[in-house]
Amino acid sequence: MAGSGRGRGRAAFTFNIEAIGFSKGASLPDAVCKPPPPFPSTDNKPVPLKTGEDEDYMLALKQDFRGTMKKMPYFLAVEEEREAIERYSKKYQSREKEHAAWTPDWRRLPREMKPRKKMKKASVKPRKAKSSDPKSNLDVLKKIEELEKKDDEEEKSEDEKDKTKDKEGEDDDEAEEPEEYDEEEHEEVLFFGFLFTAGQIAVIELCVGCQPNVPSFSEAE
Amino acid sequence: MTQAEIKLCSLLLREHFGEIVERVGALLVRAGAQPLRMLVGDTGLSLEQVKKALCVLLQHNLATFQLPKRGGVEYEARAERVLRILRYPRYIYAAKTLYGDTGELLVEELLLNGKMTMSAAVRKVADRLTETMEDGRTMEYADVSSTFVRLADTHLVQRCPLLPEPPQGPPGPAPTLVLDEKEMYTVPRLNLTGRGKRRRSCEEEEEEGEPRAKKQKADGEGSEPPPEDDGIYWQVNLERFHQHFRDQAIVSAVANRMDQTSSEIVRTMLRMSEVTTASGAPYTQPLSSNEIFRSLPAGYNISKQVLDQYLTLLADDPLEFVGKSGDSGGGMYTVNLHKALTSLATATLESIVEERFGSRCARIFRLLLRKKHLEQKQVEDFAMIPAKEAKEMLYRMLSENFVALQEPPNGHQELPNGHQEPPLLCPTSTGTPTLPQGPPWHLLRAREWSGLRMPLARSFCSRVTEVSCFTRYTDSE
Repeated sequence: MAGSGRGRGRAAFTFNIEAIGFSKGASLPDAVCKPPPPFPSTDNKPVPLKTGEDEDYMLALKQDFRGTMKKMPYFLAVEEEREAIERYSKKYQSREKEHAAWTPDWRRLPREMKPRKKMKKASVKPRKAKSSDPKSNLDVLKKIEELEKKDDEEEKSEDEKDKTKDKEGEDDDEAEEPEEYDEEEHEEVLFFGFLFTAGQIAVIELCVGCQPNVPSFSEAE
Repeated sequence: MTQAEIKLCSLLLREHFGEIVERVGALLVRAGAQPLRMLVGDTGLSLEQVKKALCVLLQHNLATFQLPKRGGVEYEARAERVLRILRYPRYIYAAKTLYGDTGELLVEELLLNGKMTMSAAVRKVADRLTETMEDGRTMEYADVSSTFVRLADTHLVQRCPLLPEPPQGPPGPAPTLVLDEKEMYTVPRLNLTGRGKRRRSCEEEEEEGEPRAKKQKADGEGSEPPPEDDGIYWQVNLERFHQHFRDQAIVSAVANRMDQTSSEIVRTMLRMSEVTTASGAPYTQPLSSNEIFRSLPAGYNISKQVLDQYLTLLADDPLEFVGKSGDSGGGMYTVNLHKALTSLATATLESIVEERFGSRCARIFRLLLRKKHLEQKQVEDFAMIPAKEAKEMLYRMLSENFVALQEPPNGHQELPNGHQEPPLLCPTSTGTPTLPQGPPWHLLRAREWSGLRMPLARSFCSRVTEVSCFTRYTDSE
């Protein structure tokens, strides 16, 4: 309509301009047409970090501490899927863990913390998959000897192998997937993380091009 | 707990304990007390993993369990305790300055393992020290034990809550651990004789490829008799370390403001009140001038008169670090802890504003701290800064959340009041951190005092609640 936006229809603010400190009629600052720069230059640079002998020593302590924590039995790492080819660098990475087994004092903890005997055999110690496999094998062997009467040694060893495979499939919650599965599809790098976020699972599965296999470990529980 | 703090907790847990513990711990921090089933359901991990993660968290005092009325067991994370992991190097270094290498290693072992029995700790530290010593020399257990006893006497390590004995009635779902205040620092009588052992390198090589050998070795260790102090666990007493840092900050502040001798006097006063004053007390117990004179360190040969003069000077200082509470015994003096921490915090804040915005903004900020509420016009008058610049400075500080605008309660006056709000480092309770949109967490050093790294008493300035500065060391990794 006539006069809109000019003259009497001049734009007015919805609040009293004097509230912010601009007097009536004074020129307003320039309107902002683009976002502010991401790294504006500052007149006042931050004060440099405090350095000195004490701080250097504490930095060394911190890095030392972090390194030691990674080797402790308290560090529960995600078990990576066993690679088909053993890498050269593996030889030089330390696979030895300090104090390979740690048993908490069960008397101080709620009863539900203790792993139940019927599901696990001799797994009072929280165990890594690698170090526990021979142990569970050992106990399984003993159990088999006790329960079944074996005449033929070959039969026995075959049964053991099957049993251990099944055991790993059921009881190895830390391993990403049962070994049978692994052997069948060893070419694909199935990098499982139930611990990865959904986004990462999607990315990895896109890269690999395999079907999402999430239900398998929940069956394994 | 703000989002930033929760994120920091989960990063710390991931760095030190791995992803599994991180998932469980982050959920506990975010959601509060949970029973085991909910944890399994919400994290998506298996039951065994959640159990192990909880065992790790409970071992390291990062989580607790309780028995709610409706039954079952609920687990709760101690988020503040997780954030203390950032300070571990500082604790270890403080132990080193106080008790040497042995103390340092004892504290380090206790921090690495959460809680340990005294015999286990002594053995491990003796072994570690023996390895670093020259060939042939070994570390006696007795030396390490004596250092441990000294740590317990100064309350740097404390006992963990104990199982009640004998077990009462049928065992419930979880033990209720009791903490006896009087017994917290008593060291059990142990007969630890022996010396540290060196690890033989040939044994190591044999074990590497053979998990079976490891198992047999582990079995062999288990057949030893249980240690004499079985069930008595020790942990590091973080509160005592915080007290130590607080004392250090006060002493160095006095040294900067006055001189070395007065800082020694204040240090003596603080040392005398170490175990008599509670950690949250507003001031120490009154100490007479005669007592202080007797307790001064041997190297200081100042006469009684000079000491009295120093004390009077300290008591008259406008910062009020030391207060006079009576005249008996040559004058009764206390250290005003809360007031001292208030002034230190205020100085830190002022210094931050000064380094970030300039000295004139700092003048405005100091004004607002003192006067609490001011109008635009009043700011210009009191600070003696031209209107246009004052406006600009106020707006800059407003945009970075250092000051806030508030409408006055009475309706007819529409002019704004500017009042100082909790500074940028204090996240608001709504969960959004009031951090500026710049690089976060960079350490700003107060000009007069070195950067404070500890939480301060709650009840000081009327608006400033809790200030904690997070530090981040430059990382070459």
